[in-house]
Amino acid sequence: MRPERFDTWLTVDRKGLYCRPGGFHIDPYGGAKRAVITHGHSDHARPGHDHVLATQETLAVMTTRLGTPARLSAQNVAYGETHTIGDVAVTLVPAGHVLGSAQVLIEWKGTRVVVSGDYKRSADPTCAPFELVPCHLFITEATFALPVFQHGEAAEEVAKLLKSRAQFPERAHVVGVYGLGKCQRVIALLREAGYEQPIYLHGALAACCALYESFGVRLGALKPATGAKREDLKGEIVLAPPSAIADRWSRRLPDPVTAFASGWMRVRARARQQGIELPLVISDHADWRELTETIAETGAEEVWVTHGREDALLHHIQTTGRRGRALALIGREDEDQ
Amino acid sequence: MKAFAELLDRLAYTPSRNDKLRLLADYFASAPDPDRGFALAALTDGLFFRLPLRRILTELLGPRVDPVLFDLSRDYVGDTAETVALIWPGGVTGSKPPRLAAIVEVLQSAPPAQVPALLANWLDQLDATGRWALLKLMTGALRVGVSARLAKTALAEWSGVPLSDIEEVWHCVDPPYGELLAWLSGTGPRPEVGTRATFRPLMLSHQIEDKELQSIAPEDFVAEWKWDGIRVQAAHQGGEKRLFSRTGDDISGAFPDVVEALPEGVVLDGELLVVREGEVAPFNDLQQRLNRKSVTAAMLKSHPAHIRLYDMLFEGGEDLRALPFIARRARLEAWHKTHAPRRTDISGIIDFASVKELETLWAGARETGIEGLMLKRRDSPYIAGRPKGHWYKWKRAPLVIDAVLMYAQRGSGKRSSYYSDYTFGAWRDGDAGEPELVPVGKSYFGFTDEELKELDAFVRNHTVDSFGPVRQVEPKLVFEVAFDSVHRSTRHKSGVAMRFPRIHRIRWDKPAGEADRLETLAAMIVE
Repeated sequence: MRPERFDTWLTVDRKGLYCRPGGFHIDPYGGAKRAVITHGHSDHARPGHDHVLATQETLAVMTTRLGTPARLSAQNVAYGETHTIGDVAVTLVPAGHVLGSAQVLIEWKGTRVVVSGDYKRSADPTCAPFELVPCHLFITEATFALPVFQHGEAAEEVAKLLKSRAQFPERAHVVGVYGLGKCQRVIALLREAGYEQPIYLHGALAACCALYESFGVRLGALKPATGAKREDLKGEIVLAPPSAIADRWSRRLPDPVTAFASGWMRVRARARQQGIELPLVISDHADWRELTETIAETGAEEVWVTHGREDALLHHIQTTGRRGRALALIGREDEDQ
Repeated sequence: MKAFAELLDRLAYTPSRNDKLRLLADYFASAPDPDRGFALAALTDGLFFRLPLRRILTELLGPRVDPVLFDLSRDYVGDTAETVALIWPGGVTGSKPPRLAAIVEVLQSAPPAQVPALLANWLDQLDATGRWALLKLMTGALRVGVSARLAKTALAEWSGVPLSDIEEVWHCVDPPYGELLAWLSGTGPRPEVGTRATFRPLMLSHQIEDKELQSIAPEDFVAEWKWDGIRVQAAHQGGEKRLFSRTGDDISGAFPDVVEALPEGVVLDGELLVVREGEVAPFNDLQQRLNRKSVTAAMLKSHPAHIRLYDMLFEGGEDLRALPFIARRARLEAWHKTHAPRRTDISGIIDFASVKELETLWAGARETGIEGLMLKRRDSPYIAGRPKGHWYKWKRAPLVIDAVLMYAQRGSGKRSSYYSDYTFGAWRDGDAGEPELVPVGKSYFGFTDEELKELDAFVRNHTVDSFGPVRQVEPKLVFEVAFDSVHRSTRHKSGVAMRFPRIHRIRWDKPAGEADRLETLAAMIVE
């Protein structure tokens, strides 16, 4: 018989979301005995777990970033493959967020729960596209859960970057990107737009790019920005972590136009605070429309909202006649910042 | 609308003046008529739509957006118009977005009752940047960091026509500036200035150098006080009375008191001041009347404006600009004697027999309203721009204090990786009698690029706390701060506000405890 309530078997403890009949946490904080990891971003894939289950790509990211994905055992699972953990069946389904990112489908006693992890539904040439999974309980992210966030076409933002480059050919264009996902997506979008020149990279971005290439994502010619002559960087596109674009590192670049590829760039105050000259609204998270449409399409009767701006999304969930609940998970940040 | 919206969007984020000029020039070169003409009008504050925009938006949003979601969004975004632009459920595909010219023409003629429906339709057709730009346009204030002067400078860069030529015809052409743009693109004649009250670009002076000063001879030069107001041009021609700022902005609306008394046929050059019973008031008093489109009756009474005349460019329709300075001056004096318009007088000529005597006069120039001395060649024609060797300004020596660096903030544009904006303080006694620093001013210039690097390193190595982009530093470093004057201010904790503070010298050698006290600064206040 299907349990009436979800919170009798899915709970939040100080390590995060815990599935009791399966005996595992999802994206836990601090060392857990058994963890299912949705994707490789550092606020989801943390070190110190005994046993980890994730996609092959996510495990590879964890190896690159943490040295090892798990203390005792790491199990890689292909998308769509069902595994039994304890009393529950677990299936990883593409989330469209970054390479290897997954939603977690948990089935127990006829109840289907989907944990979205971070996801987006717009096209991304560097990862498998989001797949919708009907469920009873949908546990969703809410990073951009305000109706002002409507991300638009990423290709148009890249066109804006290329136009600026043509307008200011004597300057470098430095684009702030998060190292896992955004960096490779921006490169792929530039290639789709016909940009064939070498793209220069801050040293911190090289490892993730190499990892993407090892999984068959073609990124074209990449060069290190560190050590390049200032003169040679005129008219070039340089990618760097957000923390470097307006700090001392960027002084090596010739009069750089400071760009930042992030969903936050939709709001002017956010761009201005960070001194961004060319905001590019490119996001790896679902926007308001994707979040609300996905909730409706899953058919979920109850929705739990993890990190982000849960007030607005909970309000929306309640006005559409569903039960909603905010999950206070510690340690989640906007990785885009 | 798309090209105009993209332009505004880029301008709003671009700090550098030269980069803004390039964006503007590229736009003028590529946008079609009459869109670019209306864009020019919007950028030079030439478009006004008297619309109750806030009310219209409230009316439109009601049926479209959940009020709870709107309020949460508004709180996050921080600006109502931007929130509307972002949250509008638009993006109607397949329809062609409206052109800027079509929007402006419709807004100029539509009955007010139809505006909400028109606006809703446009918002549906535009993307978020387009909606943001449209709402900005309708408020009448773009606020993208472009002055009318900068827009005209961009026209000059794009067309190759000198800025002073553009300024001279500017007040004789109207939106959408077809005639002007045809002339600038080389496809039409120069617009006819005729007898209208138009701005004639001003003649400006150079700061005098020591060696030039020694060559000033009384038989070649006259001396005048340099008054501490704003340089203006007053014109009454073709039945129009106008007052222009130094850069050609029409400020007549804010100063009806000084132009009303002008007789027909003159163009005059002078200093706009607030004068009460013959006494020039501090610059701060004039400041109260600047940057307003109109003026209240109370303000007219409490802050009466006045023009102290320097020069005469036209009389009775006759262009005097080719005459020598002393001849124009004689015409000005004779004219003023005949007409004596209210709220005007003539800036006096100061007799001097030698450079030594001038130096004594200059050193004693501490009276309110005097900024220094002007030296003008007797035979100079009135030449637009800043010609060499004709007029010199000799600003009185700045005031200086030693202040202690307290906070530093990152700059913008090229300086975004540097802590380049500095807040400095002076000592006073705290509540318990112990000395404490109170901020007295802020400055981001006066130092060299090399010094900026050293200051940036100092800030990073001596940070004690940080608040967003601001760092608080250990009170260790002394700046010698130069400034033109200091006034009482209720807006600052210290109760004083400096005018044009700049970092004169960095006193790496001086202990912070030996910096000046607030009382020293307060004693320099001009009442």
